[in-house]
This record gives sequence, C-alpha cells and structure tokens, in this order.
Amino acid sequence: MKTLIVAEHDNQRIKLATYHTIGAAVQLGYEIDLLVIGEQCQAAAEKARLLTSVKHVLVADNAVYAHQLAENTSALIAEVGKNYDYILAGATTFGKNILPRVAALLDVAMISDVTNIVSADTFVRPIFAGNVLATVQTSDKIKILSIRTTAFPAVKELASPSVALQSITQAIPNIQSRFEKQSLTQSARPELTSARIVISGGRGLKSAENFKLLESVADQLNAAIGASRAAVDAGFAPNDYQVGQTGKVVAPDLYIAVGISGAIQHVAGMKDSKIIVAINNDPDAPIFQIADYVLVGDLFTILPQLQAELKKVSSS
Amino acid sequence: MKMLVAVKRVPDYNASIRIKSDGSGVETANVKMVMNPFDEIAVEEAVRLKEKGMVTEIIVVSIGNDACQETLRTALAMGADRGTLVKTTEDIQPLAAAKILAAIAKQETVQCIILGKQAVDTDHNQVGQMLAGLLNWPQGTFASQIDFHDEGVSVTREIDGGLETLFLQLPAVITTDLRLNEPRYISLPNIVQAKRKTIAVVPIETLSIEFAPRIKMLKVTAPEKNRAGRRLETVTDLVDKLKHEAQVI
Repeated sequence: MKTLIVAEHDNQRIKLATYHTIGAAVQLGYEIDLLVIGEQCQAAAEKARLLTSVKHVLVADNAVYAHQLAENTSALIAEVGKNYDYILAGATTFGKNILPRVAALLDVAMISDVTNIVSADTFVRPIFAGNVLATVQTSDKIKILSIRTTAFPAVKELASPSVALQSITQAIPNIQSRFEKQSLTQSARPELTSARIVISGGRGLKSAENFKLLESVADQLNAAIGASRAAVDAGFAPNDYQVGQTGKVVAPDLYIAVGISGAIQHVAGMKDSKIIVAINNDPDAPIFQIADYVLVGDLFTILPQLQAELKKVSSS
Repeated sequence: MKMLVAVKRVPDYNASIRIKSDGSGVETANVKMVMNPFDEIAVEEAVRLKEKGMVTEIIVVSIGNDACQETLRTALAMGADRGTLVKTTEDIQPLAAAKILAAIAKQETVQCIILGKQAVDTDHNQVGQMLAGLLNWPQGTFASQIDFHDEGVSVTREIDGGLETLFLQLPAVITTDLRLNEPRYISLPNIVQAKRKTIAVVPIETLSIEFAPRIKMLKVTAPEKNRAGRRLETVTDLVDKLKHEAQVI
C-alpha cells in the first residue's frame, strides 16, 4: 500500500498544510511519496526532501504547470496517482480545487475534510458546519482524502535531505485556462491557519477603520488577524481573513473573538481552538457558549485596555 | 449562450440540527428546507447575466425527490427559464451528482454551468470540480467575480492567500463563493409567473449512469460539549487568567 501526497507550495517553499497532511498519512501507516508540481519549483522540491516520513519526492517541473491550474495539474495527479492506494492533499483552497477533479478522472469518490482516521477505509469528517461528525467508509480502490490540517500534527524537518528527487517529465498541456492575475494579502503577521494566537473581529467593530483596532493587540501577541463572515461581507476585512464553515479553519492555542456573535458558520472554523476568549457587549451572545473566558462590555473600551495590559505583562 | 444552474434542496442553515436517536443520520423530517445558499447565488448570477443579454436561456436542475420541485420553482421565480428534476429517492453522492449533471449538460448543449461551491448540509465542496473533470471543461471555483468576454470568462477566485483571476475558455464550469452577489428578494408576481414555467421530470434510470453510493455512512455523532464560558469582570483578570491559568501567553 502506498500514499501519494500532493504538495502545496509557491515554488519556493512547501506550505504548512502539507506538513499536516503528511502527519495524517503517517497515521495511515503506509509508504508516503510527495508530488511537487509547478514551474521552476526546484527550491520547493529541495525543501520537500527535508520532510520526515517521506519516501520519495516526485517533481514535475515544467512551464505547462505554472500556477498549478486545475485542468492539467489534476490530469497529472490522476496519471501518477493511479498507481497508489491513497491520494491526499490539505483541505485548503488548493486541495479543494484540485482533488475532486482528480477523483472524477479516476472514477472514485472523495472524502473531504477528514478529521480522524479510524481505519484503512473509515474516516471521520464534519458535516452541517461541524454540528455533526460523520463516520464514513469508502469502498473505492483508490481513496482520495482532503485533510483538515488542524486535526493532525505537522511532521518535522530533518537537518539534511534524506531522499533523492525523481523527475516526472510528462508535460500535459492546458489550452483551456490561463492565469491572469493574483492579489495576495501582504502581511508581516503569522499566517492565519498556522498562528499560535488568532484575534478575530466581527460586525461589532462597525467599520473597516475600527477593524484596525485589532492590530495593536495582535502586535502585542504576535497574533494573526481573522474575521467573521459578517465582517468580510461588510467590507471591514479582506476575504482571506474569513474564519468559518466556508472560510478558513483554525485551531490556535488562543483565539480571541471580538464583536463576533457566534453564528454556527463562524464557530465551525474556530471551535477546536485550545482556549477561546470572547469579547462582546451582548450578554447572550452565542459565542459565549463555546468560550472559555468571557468579557461582557464595549469592545472599544476593552481593546485599548487589553493592549495596555498585555504590554505591561510582556515588559514585566 | 445557454446556461445550466444546479440547485440542491438542503435543511435551512438556521434550523437546529438533530441527530437521529440511533445515530444513523440527521433528522430531516419536519425540518424547514431551502435552496442551498451558494446555489441561490448561482441562480442570481445567471439571472443577472440574462438581464445583461449575455445569456439566452437558463435551465435549472435539481436531483432528488418530488419535493425538489419546490426548490426549482424558487429558482424559476428568481428568473430561470425552465427546470429539470432528476427524480430519485436514492442517496446521490457527489460523483453521481456530477455524472447526472454532465449528462444533462450534454443533452442541453450548454456553454456554461454554474453552481454553489458547496452544499451547507454535507459540506463536500466537490460536485463542480468533478463535473468539470468529467466533461473535460475548465473550472473556475470559489468565484467572487465573473466577467464574460472574448468567447471566454474571467473568474476571480477566493483563495487562501487572497484573490486569483483565471481566464477560462467556454464551455466552462463555475462554482460560486459568498461574495459573488446578493440574491434578490422574490416578488409575488414572479412567484405567480414561475408557476407557468415548465419543470421536466426525468427519472434517474433513464440517464443510464451509474449512481450507486461509493461511501457508506456508518454513524453520525455530536461533537464535544460546550465550554464553561467563565465570565470575567476586568481585562486585568483576563490577562492574568491567560498567563497563569491557561498559560497561552
């Protein structure tokens, strides 16, 4: 039995989601190969050689795979993956875009958002915005899984490379789609899905201007900033800040929800955080039911106090 | 350009979800059912394109039992032209749904298929991508902006790091994200008008596709219980608890 993991990368580095996906594959217990597809992705491939538990690193480095567009990237994954028993990727927008297409090409089902591996063919995944956990069993020969990265530990890096690179020369052309542009949010803060501390804002912040109040607290904690869907829809924060059922799923050590009421769609994306703090002026806010610590009051008063108090603590 | 829109009937996302006492599934009897919110956005987008003169006909498809006709009527009231119900009482999983939609798309010779990125009941986020793969069409998933031009379509996608814009040749599959549009309020005259539009009922067996479930639901359970939600009086107290009790800062 063999597992193929589709690496997520930016041609330079392997994304953390892949480290967690390998963590899940380790629990399956079979040999793990990592597939790196891209254009001029040798630097990322070199990094892949440092990942523990990986047996082979397969590299398809070709101009046809620039921007890893779904059409030919999926075709290549299906071509390579048909010789494997499992094909895995992180349940990120990259994995969600590509893996179902691979499944269709191989005529097998796919299991999305796996949070627990029960046995070789049985897995747990959340449904209904995480209000229900489904235990499902697949009868397909090739099992395609997207991995909820917060549910599995990241593998470590070795000090020096342990495996050789194997080149895949097959170049599948793509005339159906082309990349036009990208606008990535630039931030000096830790990435939302891997930060140890996350502070998120909701509708209670009332404006994009006020949303910036979270920054001084985030700076004090070296935290990432997130947002509820309501805050994103209202234009207070960009779309990639959204935490929830249809946004990002996070599970930091500390999650601070500011002015977020706690709609189930939001809770689905953060309830597995280790410690949850909720700050809200509504004493009946649903977010309090899933929080460890609760502050009822005006966030515009509380946020500056919190920033000052944290500063005191960090300098003492 | 003919456009196909797929809509799924799902439990209202505001309704509380109850697990059946034997753990075999989720209770759907007496639960308010609605059109999947992402599919509603897909219908809205198609209707706006028709209003702009870019789309000539909108065909809306749903898969399921007779009750799905109600969901199709909603789409017709929003402005879709006619409906197709692929009738079945079987459990239709994403791969089977994609095969059904591919068969309908071929019959209707549409140039574009638009559907929600995921259904809020099963949360798979698979059908659009599978459909594109089966048809060998390009895909624009998680769309927050769509612009048809030069015999193709530019799709701006919500990705983890921000936004990405791709140009797709037609025919193509597009899946909607939340910020693509805000679905309209349906007026009474439109509801009345929708009653005169046709819904074709196609028994699933007539499509000659394989739709048996590949995945077996063994059981469903409720996630862990709620937390304490301890109310603190001061910010000083909170910071002290985070530092000394929870030890997370």
